[in-house]
Amino acid sequence: MGMTMTQKILAAAAGLEKVEAGQLIEAELDLVLGNDITSPVAIHEMDKMTVDTVFDKDKVALVMDHFIPNKDIKSAQHCKCVREFACKHDITNYFDVGEMGIEHALLPEKGLTVAGDVIIGADSHTCTYGALGAFSTGVGSTDMAAGMATGKAWFKVPSAIKFNIVGKPAKWVSGKDVILHIIGMIGVDGALYKSMEFTGEGIKNLSMDDRFTIANMAIEAGGKNGIFPVDDVAMTYMKEHSKREWKVFEADEDAVYDEEYTIDLSTLRPTIAFPHLPENTKTIDEITENVKIDQVVIGSCTNGRIDDLRIAAEILADNKVKKGIRCIVIPATQKIYLQAMEEGLLKIFIEAGAVVSTPTCGPCLGGYMGILAENERCVSTTNRNFVGRMGHVDSEIYLASPAVAAASAVTGKISSPEELGL
Amino acid sequence: MKAEGRVFKYGDNVDTDVIIPARYLNSSDPAELATHCMEDIDKEFVNKVQKGDIIVANKNFGCGSSREHAPIAIKAAGVSCVIAETFARIFYRNSINIGLPIIECPEAAKGIDAGDDVEVDFDSGMIYNKTKGTEFKGQAFPEFMQKIIKAEGLVNYINANTTK
Repeated sequence: MGMTMTQKILAAAAGLEKVEAGQLIEAELDLVLGNDITSPVAIHEMDKMTVDTVFDKDKVALVMDHFIPNKDIKSAQHCKCVREFACKHDITNYFDVGEMGIEHALLPEKGLTVAGDVIIGADSHTCTYGALGAFSTGVGSTDMAAGMATGKAWFKVPSAIKFNIVGKPAKWVSGKDVILHIIGMIGVDGALYKSMEFTGEGIKNLSMDDRFTIANMAIEAGGKNGIFPVDDVAMTYMKEHSKREWKVFEADEDAVYDEEYTIDLSTLRPTIAFPHLPENTKTIDEITENVKIDQVVIGSCTNGRIDDLRIAAEILADNKVKKGIRCIVIPATQKIYLQAMEEGLLKIFIEAGAVVSTPTCGPCLGGYMGILAENERCVSTTNRNFVGRMGHVDSEIYLASPAVAAASAVTGKISSPEELGL
Repeated sequence: MKAEGRVFKYGDNVDTDVIIPARYLNSSDPAELATHCMEDIDKEFVNKVQKGDIIVANKNFGCGSSREHAPIAIKAAGVSCVIAETFARIFYRNSINIGLPIIECPEAAKGIDAGDDVEVDFDSGMIYNKTKGTEFKGQAFPEFMQKIIKAEGLVNYINANTTK
């Protein structure tokens, strides 16, 4: 019986020839990540340990991105705690205001995540780096502390679900529609404890940014990780962004999967997840009522990359944000912000009546920069539409692609760009 | 090791955002987090919960964010055990790592109602519904995880196995 792609990476990191689903292993880590919310708890835990140095100052990444620039005094205290820790341990990859970006957009951009890596992060969307062929998964703060101290983590080797991607997506269909379609199909616990392994000839039709979006939301199906094969697109990205050597792992031909699905990209339609679970999906054609909205957010670790901003700008170029709708655009990193500026995208957003923010996770988790009031509705390119996630317990979040979000900002209701004649 | 308490019962997919909303994540103080535990799913929870009480839920308990603040808030609120049909994997890891006892048991999740008096024996994995006079066998932890639980968390486990 062969191994899946994930199992092969884990076996190599554990120094084992072979692993199988359910086996408990200890793996060497290539990167341990934390942010301004989870790192203070990890630092506190590390203080209790007999180990008082990090295992490798180059292999710890601390990204201040959730509540910064500091939203209040308590957040400022948290960031200060992390800053002092980073300084004390001379952490190479500490990113604060001015250098920071949303962690899961920033780290691949900085070349810190490459194929074959084993990465843990105290943030559930750490699964994003699977887009480059790495094994990466979210953990809590205590695991982060143990990872920083020892450079190792324990894992239960996951079984896998295989998604065979075929076909080419239509104009306004992107990675977000692919992953929302999948979550709608298998449910928010459809991949619980499992790997989601994407494969097939259709992958060549997905941009790197599409793949980041898809891997990013593996956790929304309960997945341990999402992972893509390493093709020319991934290698070109890594060559452009990283000086590190990468290692390509491929699933064995006789690898065993719990389930297999075929996803034909050509049949997908813009897909929206209704409140209050990412699995409550409808295609744009299935929405018969007028879902009036109050706010649009275009950004986050899911959809704040340059491709996402280009799509939104294409729609907003000759359109205005409807009066009464707040449209918030958040480039995920400083580099993306600059690129959007140089390409004229920021001008388009501002002239259309949107607001452009410094990189932050803020509104996605109801932190700041776009909190919802009672009974308000938001179309958001973020990743979770749980009760109260973005603010008031009686507000509603509709998860969608940048294309649908931008079009909805123009019409004031959930809309496809097709409604605007685009 | 045993736990006994009155049950708070919840449904499917209780996410970490409702267990501890992000608006309170600017604190990492367990006592402060406990005062907002379950706030967006059950406003009365913090007023009613007593030391030793037990949370019982259906599938995928603790889904969503990796915030360790969620099991920390539950533990600091005085809850002695969480029983669920299934747990989201990061919540599962976090609970073991911080020493919050959890047990997967689909039958118990179905057979226990809010307000029932329940006893859990962690050594045997047995769950007793004293109100209804029924019993269930929960999923036992693998040996490796039992060692972490016996050490009362991952930090103590690592300390015990590391020389300075």
